[in-house]
Amino acid sequence: MNSNLFGYDHNNTWVHQLTGTSKLIFFILVSIIAMISYDYRFIILVLLLSIFAFKQSQIKWVQIKFVVKLIFIFAVLNLVMVFVFSPNHGAALYGTRHVLINLGYFTITKEQLFYELNLGLKYLVTVPISLIFLITTNPSEFSASLNKIGVSYRLSYSLSLSLRYIPDVQNDFKEISLAQQARGYEISKKGKLFSRLKGTTQILIPLILSSLDKIQTISQAMELRRFGKNKHRTWYMNRNFNKKDYSIILLSIFIVILGILFMKMDGGRFYNPFI
Amino acid sequence: MHRKKLSVQSVVAIGIGTAILFLLKRYVSIPSGIPNTNIDTSYGFLGFISIMFGPIVGFFVGFFGHSLSDFTQFGAPWWTWVFTTGFIGFAIGLLKRYIVLADGKIGLKKLVVYNIYQIFINIIGWVLLAPTGDVLIYSEPSNKVYLQGIISAITNSISTGVIGTILLVMYASTKVEKGSLKKE
Repeated sequence: MNSNLFGYDHNNTWVHQLTGTSKLIFFILVSIIAMISYDYRFIILVLLLSIFAFKQSQIKWVQIKFVVKLIFIFAVLNLVMVFVFSPNHGAALYGTRHVLINLGYFTITKEQLFYELNLGLKYLVTVPISLIFLITTNPSEFSASLNKIGVSYRLSYSLSLSLRYIPDVQNDFKEISLAQQARGYEISKKGKLFSRLKGTTQILIPLILSSLDKIQTISQAMELRRFGKNKHRTWYMNRNFNKKDYSIILLSIFIVILGILFMKMDGGRFYNPFI
Repeated sequence: MHRKKLSVQSVVAIGIGTAILFLLKRYVSIPSGIPNTNIDTSYGFLGFISIMFGPIVGFFVGFFGHSLSDFTQFGAPWWTWVFTTGFIGFAIGLLKRYIVLADGKIGLKKLVVYNIYQIFINIIGWVLLAPTGDVLIYSEPSNKVYLQGIISAITNSISTGVIGTILLVMYASTKVEKGSLKKE
């Protein structure tokens, strides 16, 4: 656990040079359209594109190994659960039923496999983009970007405060937890459910009391510096758009239009190859 | 987004609250004994901070905290559930006027109201809002998501109830009770 929780890694590729704002717009637009579309051709296209950008950003495998493994486990688990709970969902969705292997309740149909393929791709499609965003965007620039796309500067500042204070709170938590364990409160795996709940609360109380003090101190300091008195706020980390940023935003709009065209072609969110 | 501007204190409360919620969500969950279901301690904290600072702070602490933890854990926030966490914070925050922490000791009646209300809100959130959003937006099979929703409603109510109640009582007891001074 360190201050580098969000994995920002300084480098100088073109992906790093893009402003946080344009990366954020790209991430939001593309993840929305990928969330809506159920057409695997479109999703694979987006996936390939984001993997290309990922390669270009020169992110090392060690940095993301753990997260990627976790995401894979989560995706597979979810796909298995979807199958266990509703092996007939695909057939109901696409309106046809091609039986591959007949196993009573767990009959495997082509439609189900196809539906789960789409679902699995949808779980994974945003992963490279968000990893790029996390690793190549400076956290201090992030709030400036949020402000730029229209989130009020007060809220953007809240988020930047929380990014700033996560390592601090984490430290406090660790210290308090060790102190309380030394006093004999049970929070380890050996304890019973209720004693662990109680033990956790015993850590939370000092953590919260000290955090409330922190809230007081910080807000007084900010008030003394006249935070929130003006309509706008400037950001130290703010950067102006250049050609690359405009082209990334254009590209994301193009991807959204492409997604809509695919949907028009399929006559809905679902691409149905079975009719 | 909102006509009344956020006060400086709310801005800071959202910031610090988000940091704590994120931390609890990432690192502090207690296995409930049933495989794959953990009691998420962050909801107890969310209940407390919402009552302390009100609905707007509650909403954003839930929304930001949950999206940050999803973002760093799964690569992409699961928006329907993130939004539901925000909703829970907002709804519980509405009790701020009723349970005034600065007044000192909270009576048994208020605690009972808090608990009944939070169970009701958790059911609306996890059994109604989140799974319905999953079916509409992600097109997942309904029996799977509704079962997940029911389990979350139970575990989150336990967390909001047990941890939230303890936090409220403990915090209020650090404040001087209203009207506790008597003229001699």
